[in-house]
Amino acid sequence: MTQKWNAKTLTNKELFYGHKACGGCGESLAVRLAMKVLGEKAFAALPAGCMSAVSFIYPNMAFTTNAIITPFASTGAVASGMAAGLKALGIEDTYVVGFAGDGGTADIGIQALSGAIDRNDNIVYICNDNEAYMNTGIQKSGLTPYGSKTTTTPAGQNLPGSITMKKNMFEIVAAHDIAYAATASVGYLEDFMNKVQKAKETKGTSYIHVFAPCPTGWGHETHITIDLAKQAVDCGLWYLAEYENGAFKLNRNPKEFASVEDYLKVQSRFKHLTSQDVALIIDERDKKWAKMRRDWTE
Amino acid sequence: MDRPKVKKWQEPASIDAYPLGATCDSDHLVSINAGWRTFKPVIDHDKCVMCLRCFLVCPDGVIDKSGPQLEIDYDYCKGCGVCAHECKLKCITMVKEEK
Ligand SMILES: Cc1ncc(C[n+]2csc(CCOP(=O)(O)OP(=O)(O)O)c2C)c(N)n1
Ligand code: SF4
Ligand code: SF4
Ligand code: SF4
Ligand SMILES: [Mg+2]
Repeated sequence: MTQKWNAKTLTNKELFYGHKACGGCGESLAVRLAMKVLGEKAFAALPAGCMSAVSFIYPNMAFTTNAIITPFASTGAVASGMAAGLKALGIEDTYVVGFAGDGGTADIGIQALSGAIDRNDNIVYICNDNEAYMNTGIQKSGLTPYGSKTTTTPAGQNLPGSITMKKNMFEIVAAHDIAYAATASVGYLEDFMNKVQKAKETKGTSYIHVFAPCPTGWGHETHITIDLAKQAVDCGLWYLAEYENGAFKLNRNPKEFASVEDYLKVQSRFKHLTSQDVALIIDERDKKWAKMRRDWTE
Repeated sequence: MDRPKVKKWQEPASIDAYPLGATCDSDHLVSINAGWRTFKPVIDHDKCVMCLRCFLVCPDGVIDKSGPQLEIDYDYCKGCGVCAHECKLKCITMVKEEK
C-alpha cells in the first residue's frame, strides 16, 4: 500500500535546513516537506529563483543531499541529465526532483519541461507557484493572476495591476499525456505530501504544481501563509486536482466558496482593486469551475 | 534535538585553497538565522497535546519532535509566527525578543 504522509508518519530529520528564505515563506515549506517525502536519496535540481538563492550561498548550503543550480531555462533538461547519469552509473533507488518557480516553469523553463515530459524521463518536477518572479523583486510571470500589482504591472489609473489571468499550466502539462500530474497548495499539506509520494512512485515524468504564498511579494503578514494558501483553495481561486491514466480528477469540490474578498483584502498586491475588478475575478473563477465540474470526475 | 548545526568555517587563506569547481559540501551551515527574529515562539508544554501541527507547518523545520516534548531550535527559528497561528489550542505564544 502507498505510504500516507502526515505529521506523525513524517521523519523528524530535516533535509533542507538553515536556508535564508524570508520568514513565513510558502515555497520553502513546500521544498522542506517534498524533500522529507522523497528522502535522502533524492537528487535536486533548482534553477535561478528564490529557492536556489536562499540555499546555495557558498559556503552555506541548506540541502543535506545532492543538489545543483541549473541555468534558469533548464530545470527539466538538467533533471533529465541527472536521471540519465544516475542510470548510467548504476545508482539505484534514487529520485531526481526539479524545484522551479512559476516563472522558471510557465515561462522560461516551459520548453525544457515539455521535452522531459515528451521523453517521459524518470523525474519529479515541482513547480513552486508564488505568482511572480520574486527573487528579482516581483515581476509579472505567466502565472501572475489578474489584478496583482507587480513592478512590471503597476496599479494605477490606467491599469489594475496584471491584466492577464493565470496561464493554465496544469492542463498544459496534462496535454502531454504525462504519467502523473497534480495541483496542490501549502494550505493542504497532507494532500500535497501524498501527491509527492505518488509522483515518487511514478515511472516516468510527474509534475506537481504547488500554490505557495510569498509574504514579501504579496504583502501579507508572515504568520498567515498556510491560512492564505488554504483560503485560496476554499474561495475557488486555486483548485486541487490530478491527472492520471488520461483522466482529470477534481480532489476538492466545495459546495460553497469562501469569500474571495476576504482572501484578497489581506494582501497589499490586491489593495487597489475596485469592486468591478473583484466581480471580474469571481466571474472568471465561476467559468473555470463550471468547466472543471462539467469535464472532470470527482 | 536532532537538527543540523552551524559549522566552524575558516575563510581559505588564498584562492588556491578553495575547492576546484563551483561546488560546496551539502549540510554545511556557516551562519545562524536567530538574529532575524523580533518575536520568539514559546510553547506551553502543559497545554500542548503533541498533535504535531506546528512541526508540520514550520517553513524552517526548527520544531523537533524526537523527544518527549517539542523542542525549538532557536538558532534557526525566524519568528514568522506560522506555528502559533496554526496551533488550534493556542499553546504557542510569540514573545518579544529582548536585546
Ligand atoms: C537566463 C536568466 N534570466 C534571468 C535571470 C534572473 N532571475 C533570477 S531568479 C529570477 C526570478 C525567478 O522567478 P520564479 O521562477 O518565479 O521563482 P521565485 O524566485 O519566484 O521563486 C530571475 C528573473 C537569470 N538568473 N537567468
Ligand atoms: S521573496 Fe517570497 S518566495 Fe522568495 S524567499 Fe521571500 S517569501 Fe520566499
Ligand atoms: S500545534 Fe500546538 S498542540 Fe499541536 S504540537 Fe504544536 S504546540 Fe502542541
Ligand atoms: S516562528 Fe516560524 S520559524 Fe519559528 S518555529 Fe514558528 S513557524 Fe517555525
Ligand atoms: Mg515565482
